[in-house]
Amino acid sequence: MDKIIIEHLSLQYSDGTESLRDVSLGIREKAVTVLFGPAGGGKSTLLRCLNRLNDLTEVKTSAGRILIDGENILDPKTDVIALRRKVGMVFARPVVLPLSIRGNLTYGLELAGEKRKSKLDEAVERSLKLAALWDEVKERLDDPAIALSGGQQQRLCLARSLALQPEIILLDEPTSGLDPISTGKVEAALQELKKEYTIVLVPHSVQQAGRTADYAAFFLQGELVEYGEGKAMFTSPKEKRTEDYVTGRFG
Amino acid sequence: MEKTLNWREYIITRLIKASGYSAIIFVLLIFFFLLREGVPALAEVPLSALFSVRWYPIEGDNFGILPLLTGSLIVTLGAAIIAIPFGIGTAVYISEIAPRWMREILKPLVELLGGLPSVVLGFLGILVLAPFLRRFLDLPTGLTAFTGSLLLGGIAVPTVVSVAEDALDAVPRAYREGAWALGATRWQTIWRVTLPAARSGVLTAVMLGIGRAIGETMTVMMVTGNAPVLALSLSSLFSPVRTMTATIAAEMGEVSNGSTHYHVLFFIGMVLFLISLGVNIAASSVVFRAKKRAERILS
Ligand SMILES: Nc1ncnc2c1ncn2[C@@H]1O[C@H](COP(=O)(O)OP(=O)(O)OP(=O)(O)O)[C@@H](O)[C@H]1O
Ligand SMILES: [Mg+2]
Repeated sequence: MDKIIIEHLSLQYSDGTESLRDVSLGIREKAVTVLFGPAGGGKSTLLRCLNRLNDLTEVKTSAGRILIDGENILDPKTDVIALRRKVGMVFARPVVLPLSIRGNLTYGLELAGEKRKSKLDEAVERSLKLAALWDEVKERLDDPAIALSGGQQQRLCLARSLALQPEIILLDEPTSGLDPISTGKVEAALQELKKEYTIVLVPHSVQQAGRTADYAAFFLQGELVEYGEGKAMFTSPKEKRTEDYVTGRFG
Repeated sequence: MEKTLNWREYIITRLIKASGYSAIIFVLLIFFFLLREGVPALAEVPLSALFSVRWYPIEGDNFGILPLLTGSLIVTLGAAIIAIPFGIGTAVYISEIAPRWMREILKPLVELLGGLPSVVLGFLGILVLAPFLRRFLDLPTGLTAFTGSLLLGGIAVPTVVSVAEDALDAVPRAYREGAWALGATRWQTIWRVTLPAARSGVLTAVMLGIGRAIGETMTVMMVTGNAPVLALSLSSLFSPVRTMTATIAAEMGEVSNGSTHYHVLFFIGMVLFLISLGVNIAASSVVFRAKKRAERILS
């Protein structure tokens, strides 16, 4: 089943760059969908449309629809705050807030008005376990989060968005700053998470795309070139341009 | 070739060093001058008289500086209460809320206000603000501490705005996006992420604003009424006061060189110097602490 349906989405930033051109794509529920392609292809832009983070940058024109559970989230009447709780996001560089580990995790819930300590503690433990970080930090939840290693910080950010119990998780090159071992941990966590969540990942390399993708979409200069099952895409792509990129002949 | 480069390097380093040292030396020289001219006041006037409540230097040799000290403090405090919320609010508006075209109008406008000569503001104070306050608040005179506070607040606001705005602007966009992505509203993001992250810069802005207000002379001399009355209660906010700066400016021209009055005026200058030194040290220690923390985070 498609959790997200993108219909004829086009987007132009106010400096005139056309970052998405008539993109139509369905994103499956409870699977990892990978958006990949060379730099400037519009992957981040698309991701930021899915939680309306682009509302806050200078966008000149946008057209098309994005349906999540059948509702057009680009509709001006959409409750953006609720949408962002439902659609979590993890960025390329971990942005831990200058708080304790626990504080980082409960932050979003507190903003949403949750005050009961039992609920907050429960969310801390649950989300840390989901992000495969619980064993490493359970002894020091009140230490400053900034003291964690880069890989731990990134998993903390993942846990932070999981604490809000979203349905969809967007990840924009979440492992670009991490060593292979931390990268492996994040990827393993994603494989667990996809049983419950819909995951949209922009990988930081073709190799990672190949390792993680259930479904994959190849973007080139704002255009969706090819979409299909992950395995097929990386072994026998239909399009010449995809093949060139996957085999490393350009990009 | 190698050699000339070394020479140039040497001379430039020396020049930079020399200008750095000379800045320090000038400050020290000024301070020693103040000390030399001000400290004799301690010998000529007993401490108890110096810290008494009557300032009538010409008629009765009354050199009590407390009214001047409280005058300065109450005017500055009033100015701070006005300038801090207003200045930070404006900075937040400019950097976080205003659309781009608005920002491009407001930023230069604030800088322009900051460059307004204070005597011009004093004019406005005497001609517009004071009569208005007198009628509006039904006071015997419009030349009060409050009038001074309003104008000093106005003088401090551009300083606070431009420094605080820079600090807010320097907060990485990623912090804000991180908060937005967690479902924080714009206001929650400002209050709980952006402002705390810019804390040290905002504090510096406040300190610089206050420093600007304490040292201001012309405006306060023009609009505070210049009555050396001890200002301790809220009601004295709405009566005339006299500040330290205004006293020095008004009386320095009339005293005879080397007289007791002359020495006491310098003593007041010393007190002022120490106060603004204190404010500056407080400001820079905040910044220093924040820098160290930032370095720790980066390493
Ligand atoms: N805020 C912005 N303002 C103007 N143009 C932008 C903005 N963000 C992105 N763009 C432009 O939009 C195009 C797509 O950018 P986007 O960040 O979506 O690419 P990407 O596929 O994520 O690339 P990368 O792999 O480098 O992250 C680029 O040409 C980029 O320059
Ligand atoms: Mg990107």
